[in-house]
Amino acid sequence: MAHAAHPAGGQPGITPGDGSTVSGATAPGPAGGPPAPGPRAHPKTVLEAAEINRALTRIAHEIIERTRGAEEVVLLGIPTRGVPLAGRLAGRIGQVEGRPVPHGSLDITMYRDDLRLRPARRLGPTKVPAEGIDGKTVILVDDVLYSGRTVRAALDALNDLGRPLAVQLAVLVDRGHRELPIRADYVGKNLPTSLAEVVRVLVTETDGEDAVLLEPVGRPGAAGARPRRGGVSGRRR
Amino acid sequence: MNRHLISAADLSKQDALLILDTAEELARVADRPIKKLPTLRGRTVVNLFFEDSTRTRISFEAAAKRLSADVINFAVKGSSVAKGESLKDTALTLEAMGADAVVIRHSASGAPHRLAGWVRGSVINAGDGAHEHPTQALLDAFTIRRRFGRGSGEALDGLRVTIVGDVLHSRVARSNVWLLHLLGAEVALVAPPTLLPVAIGGWPCSVSYDLDAALPKSDVVMMLRIQQERMNAAYFPSVREYSRRYGLDIARLGQLPEDAIVMHPGPMNRGVEIAAEVADSHRSTIVEQVANGVSVRMAVLYLLLGGLEAAE
Repeated sequence: MAHAAHPAGGQPGITPGDGSTVSGATAPGPAGGPPAPGPRAHPKTVLEAAEINRALTRIAHEIIERTRGAEEVVLLGIPTRGVPLAGRLAGRIGQVEGRPVPHGSLDITMYRDDLRLRPARRLGPTKVPAEGIDGKTVILVDDVLYSGRTVRAALDALNDLGRPLAVQLAVLVDRGHRELPIRADYVGKNLPTSLAEVVRVLVTETDGEDAVLLEPVGRPGAAGARPRRGGVSGRRR
Repeated sequence: MNRHLISAADLSKQDALLILDTAEELARVADRPIKKLPTLRGRTVVNLFFEDSTRTRISFEAAAKRLSADVINFAVKGSSVAKGESLKDTALTLEAMGADAVVIRHSASGAPHRLAGWVRGSVINAGDGAHEHPTQALLDAFTIRRRFGRGSGEALDGLRVTIVGDVLHSRVARSNVWLLHLLGAEVALVAPPTLLPVAIGGWPCSVSYDLDAALPKSDVVMMLRIQQERMNAAYFPSVREYSRRYGLDIARLGQLPEDAIVMHPGPMNRGVEIAAEVADSHRSTIVEQVANGVSVRMAVLYLLLGGLEAAE
């Protein structure tokens, strides 16, 4: 499951202070939860730009192999950071197969199961390629797979758009802690995490650089008034 | 955003843009095979209409249903209001039924404001007397933004909007002046002196009496209906004279700049404030306004009801 929400900077004026609610960082970490917030307050880089690049190239090849040439494939990214990732995967598959691969975006906000837990969120774009999804193999693309709830919402959203032949899931990072029977078909990196950590994905298209960072919940600035960089997969239930 | 939508003047520029941007995304739902989202499942929206309305009521109903809310239409005819029930008692009844939002139209200015003090749900003003009609202004702003090719996040800076006609009785004019000004448009009112409110000096717009002089300087012309039902005195000598001086006919349409558009909040009186050929021309956005109304009202309902209930 993705970023806990859209970046705080992207949702102005819904409710004051929702920066702290959407960040997924519920106050400083619970007592006894490793690692102790404080001295180790700097994020750890778990994937650098070159590694992300390699992971995406590998996923692109896996998609081609598994779908036998990716002929009837449509890639749909889940906003915010799944969208540029879907675009890059489509580009790489297109290079190998020598033809353009349809890709777009699928906003899941209206299908979330936790809408009533926080103020109304800003919607992301839904852009389905003109050829539609009926009878295609749809590959959902997201940055982080966490509880699985985002993917469940995406499956519901797809249901209202058409009837794909099959749906598969590609994620850059699988951080574990699933709450639903959902797994990814293509994974960039399996990253064992604790619930007291936040996975932050940065992509050049929205953040100016490519990186995956791991940092403790409640790091100053991670949830404060400052606009965050990157999608965050923090703790949220 | 506030918990209620009672006046366009309560909105901040950020709020207004958030509503328009949300409407932009929701407009795409109309092109899908299944024109429905599950977002407001289990929520109840009451349409409480003390005045006649087709467009606005149907529009709110369609918007609420597309978001899967349950809709209760409360028509005054045949209800206890006809037997003399007060607004407050009606409000308490709705409260007891668990309405999450009440969409109210009332002939008394301020009725939605009073209602907001009596119910726990959100109150959405669908027109109160000659006061305000904020969702109409929002859908007008949305229509203007689309027609001038501006996208999400963009406001209406630099566009000149001329609102013509019965400003005195028009809640649409009032809401539009505030909202369009907020979004950066230059608003001008053109009307006979008798159909302008007394305190017009405090509005963020210019005022004139000469339509022919205003037309060449307008990117948008919004024609208002003469509200005979609210007129208790003679405001102009005759309908024909009004129509000659303030009606938009095909000759006047020619005075507008090339890409200017003509709007009307409806219902129209063809031949009075707007000629039939003008209403049906490609410059007219009247049908678009109705379609956009559903998207904008979906956005308002989603933003007011879709998330955590705001703290009391």
